Amino acid sequence: MAILKTEGLTYTYSAGTPFEKTAVDHVDLCIEEHTMVGVIGHTGSGKSTLMQHFNGLLKPTSGKILLDGKDIWADKQKMREVRFRVGLVFQYPEYQLFEETVFKDIAFGPRNMGLGEEEIKRRVLETADALGMDRELLKRSPFALSGGQKRRAAIAGVMAMRPEVLILDEPCAGLDPKGRNLMLQQIRDYQKKTQSTVLLVSHSMEDVAEFTQKLLVMSKAKLFCYDDTAAVFRRSAELREMGLRVPQIASVMEKLRNRGFALPEDLYTVEQARDAMLHLLQKGGSTC
Amino acid sequence: MLKDITLGQYFPVDSVLHRMDPRFKIIFTMLFIIMLFAGNSIWTLVLGAVFVLMAQLLSKIPLKMSWKSIKPILPILVFTAVLNLEFISSGDVLWEWSFIKITEGGLQTSVFMICRIILLIVGSSLLTYTTSPILLTDAIEALMSPLRKIKFPVHEMAMMMSIALRFIPTLLEETDKIMSAQKARGAALDSGKLTQRVKALIPILIPLFVSAFRRAEELATAMECRCYRGGEGRTRLRQLRAEKRDYIGLFVCLVFLAASIVLNVLHKV
Repeated sequence: MAILKTEGLTYTYSAGTPFEKTAVDHVDLCIEEHTMVGVIGHTGSGKSTLMQHFNGLLKPTSGKILLDGKDIWADKQKMREVRFRVGLVFQYPEYQLFEETVFKDIAFGPRNMGLGEEEIKRRVLETADALGMDRELLKRSPFALSGGQKRRAAIAGVMAMRPEVLILDEPCAGLDPKGRNLMLQQIRDYQKKTQSTVLLVSHSMEDVAEFTQKLLVMSKAKLFCYDDTAAVFRRSAELREMGLRVPQIASVMEKLRNRGFALPEDLYTVEQARDAMLHLLQKGGSTC
Repeated sequence: MLKDITLGQYFPVDSVLHRMDPRFKIIFTMLFIIMLFAGNSIWTLVLGAVFVLMAQLLSKIPLKMSWKSIKPILPILVFTAVLNLEFISSGDVLWEWSFIKITEGGLQTSVFMICRIILLIVGSSLLTYTTSPILLTDAIEALMSPLRKIKFPVHEMAMMMSIALRFIPTLLEETDKIMSAQKARGAALDSGKLTQRVKALIPILIPLFVSAFRRAEELATAMECRCYRGGEGRTRLRQLRAEKRDYIGLFVCLVFLAASIVLNVLHKV
């Protein structure tokens, strides 16, 4: 079933001034429940603007956003409820930390939801565990943490609200490769455990190839396509034209195929590629 | 959105007034203010109005913008008018009701005061409309440079001003971002009682201050890395140079000032 749906969603910045710019142009989308969706697009393609519509931070210039079949702008009083159901983690979320302790900061969202102390505590601890944060950390000041820990604390603050849809805008920006992978694994585990829908905005094709089932591609304010990850990467020529890439390993495989190796298409993660190559070598197909 | 607030209300069009030397424009504004406040008759105000209208036409700034600069001071205008009407009692009584008494003198003075304030605001806002904040600080630094003789830190002051101006948009953008982030966590920013609203500001102000301090530190480091050592021996990218139009402008201003002084004297006699 579709949890998020947009109909002709359009957003124009500074409408009616010389600085007018349409950032999202007639986007029709239908995002299913329990999926991990990657959102890719060139810088300035409208990804972030689109994401801010899903929890009502921006009001569309025209068009509709339906959450669970209901227009989120139908009743403005219920907007806070929408924000609890659709959690949005901004880019560099560590700059939003403000409480005295990490625990209190993570509890900010759940507390705004009006939950009881017991429930708040349970959620904070559960989320901290899911993101691999030490219990000891929860007592510290968020400003005393390292960059990676701050990032986790900020993401936890949104996750602890248990949103049905979690949107993460570049959650791994500025993390080292090891940290990136761990973070993405934790996000995927969270998604599986809670059966929620996760939208992951990313610039790394490798990351989305490995961790997402579907891909949403934005190009010049328009929705280029929304399809299975494999299907999107099959259109590598079009992606390149948009200034996007396919995962490195997919390029390698493509070049090998061009040289006459009988490798299947749809190889876009390192593991798949490794298995396929081993398979080929075992068959004795190597002629190099 | 916060971004829509225009601070430092520079209005970028190309006009003679825009191209003038900012130092001269500051001097013109000062002369204009002297002219307005030295004047004691309605004729000097008419002269001031002619001057403002002329500048306005030359600047190509739409009249709508001038209205925008008057709007915020409307309460002050009303307040001045009421005070003057109430407390000046000279000339014939025009209207009376219990303790309220409006006299001819009072009416005259309040109209005079209102016109003077409006002219003051419209005239001086032309300066900020036609001069970018950075040029304005450059000009202030240049005009204040004689104060260096008495060990006044002119360059440092000007640098502080331009840094402050530079960071206003940055901090506004930052505030916008933090507000969105906290709203996404269910912060109720625009509802509830006053105490609740003040409390709701904490999640915004703390991250904002933290980031302001972080930026200040980063900027200081960056300046040190580039061997910033204050104004001594520093050259500029934008050199301020007076041209013919600036001297013509100065001449016109002085003529107006002289005319208003003459009018003042005539009025007394």
